[in-house]
Parts: sequence; C-alpha cells; structure tokens
Amino acid sequence: MGVGIQVEKLNAWFSKTQALRDINITMAANHCTAVIGPSGCGKSTFVRCLNRMHETIPNARAEGRVRIGELDVYNGTSAVAIRRRIGMVFQKPNPFPTMSIYDNVAAGLKLNGFHERKRLDEIVERSLQLSALWDEVKDTLRKKSGASLSGGQQQRLCIARAIAVQPEVLLMDEPCSALDPISTGKIEELIFQLKERFTIVIVTHNMQQASRVAEFTGFFLLGELIEFDKTEKIFTTPSDKRTEDYITGRFG
Amino acid sequence: MRSRFHQGLDELRARLLRMGGMAEQAVDRACQAYIERDLARCHMVLEGETQINIAEREIDEQAFDLLAMQQPMAVDLRFILAVTKINSDLERVGDQAVNIAERVMDMAELPKADLPVDIARMAAAVSAMVRRSLESFIEGKAELAQAVLEMDNVVDRMKDEAFITLVKTMNDHPEVTRQALDALLVARNLERVADHATNIAEDVIFWVRGADVRHNAGPEEPLPATQQAATDRR
Repeated sequence: MGVGIQVEKLNAWFSKTQALRDINITMAANHCTAVIGPSGCGKSTFVRCLNRMHETIPNARAEGRVRIGELDVYNGTSAVAIRRRIGMVFQKPNPFPTMSIYDNVAAGLKLNGFHERKRLDEIVERSLQLSALWDEVKDTLRKKSGASLSGGQQQRLCIARAIAVQPEVLLMDEPCSALDPISTGKIEELIFQLKERFTIVIVTHNMQQASRVAEFTGFFLLGELIEFDKTEKIFTTPSDKRTEDYITGRFG
Repeated sequence: MRSRFHQGLDELRARLLRMGGMAEQAVDRACQAYIERDLARCHMVLEGETQINIAEREIDEQAFDLLAMQQPMAVDLRFILAVTKINSDLERVGDQAVNIAERVMDMAELPKADLPVDIARMAAAVSAMVRRSLESFIEGKAELAQAVLEMDNVVDRMKDEAFITLVKTMNDHPEVTRQALDALLVARNLERVADHATNIAEDVIFWVRGADVRHNAGPEEPLPATQQAATDRR
C-alpha cells in the first residue's frame, strides 16, 4: 500500500543557485498528486528530492524534512533504502537494452539479492499485469530485449520494473512526454489503477493530463510552491493569480 | 502579442455583446409597441428574431470550437461556459419579446381599455435589468451583476401585483377580460425576461468569481485570483 508524504521547509540548491524555497506540502497516501509549472520552476528537482536523487548531481544539495510514511528521508535513512521504497519513472523510457523483458523487470529484485526462481516468475508476471503489458509480451518474455519494444511499451516496462520491488511511492517525471496519444492514454489509465497500491507523484507539462489523473495538484514557480489544492479547484477556480495566469496560458 | 486563443475569446465576447444588443432592442421595441399599440414595431421584433437565432447558433458553434480545440482552463473555461448559457438566455429574451409583440398584435383588434396596471413601469424595470446584466458582462463586474439579482424581487412583486389587480378587473368588468388577460400575459412575459436577466447576472458572477449563486445559493466571497483574472479578460 502507498504511504503519505510530508515535506516541510524543503530547500534545494545547485551549487549556489537555489532551486527550491521552503516547500511545505502533504501528499495523501494512495492518491495521485500532479506537479505543474513552467520550465525551470523546480518541479523535477522537487520530486528528485523526495528520493534523494537530487544529491547525485555534483554540488547539488537539499535541506529540510521529507517523510515518506514513517521514514525520515534526510535523517538517518540511507539513500538506497529510500529508493527501494520509492520507484521512479523518467521522461524517456530507459529499459536495460541488453536485458530481456523478464530480466528488466526482475533486475531490481535480483540486485536486492532475491533469486528464488518461482517467486521471481510470479512477481514479474504480476508486475507486467499491473503495468498492463503482460498480454503484449508474455510470449516473448525471455526472447526479446526491452529495447525492442515500442516507446509506450518501454515506458510500461519501466513502470513494471519500478513496481516489481514493491515500493510505496511511485515518482513519475513527465512519463508521457515522449509518447503518442494512445500510449499516453494507456499510461494514464495505468496511473489511475496503480493508485490503489501506490502513492503517485507525477511531474507533467500537460495540464490536461494533470487534470485527468491527479486528485491534487501543486503549482510551482521560480522554486516556490505557489498553490496546492484539489485538482478540480486548481483548474477551475485557483486562488492565486499566478496559477490562474499560468494555466490559462498568459505566461510560461 | 495575444494568442489566437485569446483573440478567439475576444471575438466570442464581441459576438455575444452584439446579440445582447439585439435582444435588448427587441424587448424595448416590444414594450414600446405595447404602450403605443404600434404594429410596425411588432413586425420589427418578429423580423429581428431570425437574426437573434442565427447569432445564437454562431456563438454556440464558436464556443464549441474553442472548448474542443483549445481546452481552456480556469477563468477562460468559466468564461466560455458563461457565454454559452448567457447566449441561451438572450435567445429566450428574444422569444419573450416576440410573445409580447404577438400579444400586442392580438390586442390591436380589441377596443382600448384603461387598465389599472402600470405595464410601462414594469417594462422600464425589466429593460434596466437586461441592460445592467449586459453591462456587468461588459465590465466583468460581479457587483453590477449582484445588483441585477436584487432587482428581480422588485419585478416579481410588480408581476404579483399586476396579477391580483387584473384578476379583480376581470371579475369586476368582464367586458375587458380579453384586454386584461393580454396585459396579464405581457406582465408574465416581462417577468420571464427579468428571470433571464437574472440568469445572465448569475453567469457573470460565476465567470468573475468562480461562485455558483444560482437558486439562492448566496454570494460567496470573491476569490482574488479569479476576480482579477476576469477583470484582465475584459
């Protein structure tokens, strides 16, 4: 099951440039939260701070409090342990090109020392079913490489790989920006179903997508969280004029 | 530079204003026709209805295109929804004007009767409501629209009073029953026009404030962002 996410006074920097300023936000378990905002507003940095990916960039650092369920992300928990509980899907599908479809999904589990064949088979099948890819690949699981799939299938494979390790949170950084409308529709449908099991945070430039998949939406601008509310409120009657101007295309 | 979408919204607004002007003129002409028993004005109202109907379809088509092609959000979405509803109300205002004009044409065949009701005063109040509801749309001001809502109670009272007076007249003077019935129906048509003006005002409040005040839901506190955004859209 998913867990809630609490962020308090989160600040992040790239060298001396501050990318996030005093972000406070609480994201509900088993719901999808969309993060929107113009390029450079800090939305990707924000999600990368949730699983401590931000600190992997040289001279980048973050301060503040992030709680994923009972885990304190920046106090006493290793980055590896954090990332085990938080799956991430990126803009561009990135399956391991030399691995089969099966091995792509099983990679995370194997890396964690899980090698029981029968159980692995079950988890791979279940993960591919959850990611709505099973029917399309079940006959070629071990024959075809992940890279041989279409873009949309590759992204669903990456989702299967992320959920195979049974995380509690799934971060998605513009997961559909490289996909056609049909593949996008499949991923969005998937997000809707995956919410039952995971807490989802999605970064998107596509406001229609945010309104379709997320119950809550946060609008970022210049490293600040300007507004956070129910998605329908944000897209119909936002409280802050900057949000209104952005979503109606008056800037950004 | 304004985007094509915002130009489209400006165009939609201009079309609705033109239609508003036609509907307002139709009501004024019909009322004047009633007061002066002027058949020429009645014919002008009937002829004008075609233009109003054409305008209604064009506005709906453009609003539909904008919704489908531009996927508007927030104040723009509320604006287009409000325009489609105001459009429908204006078309019905035009219908009521036609009803009044037809009633006047019917009355022209009857001897003139001195009825104890002030239809002209009611017509003036209703015309003012239509005009102010359209002004609130032009200005994007919820305060103006709010004032229209308050005027509706006055018109409702006028209609109720006219009803009581005219029924009594029909009882006391059966020889003017047809004239009194015509006047009663005109009062009812005017009250309907006032209801449409009220709907228009409610739609303006929805557009500007993002608040649904229909069915006595009560005015909500204006949201600074939405209020400002609607003001900017003017």
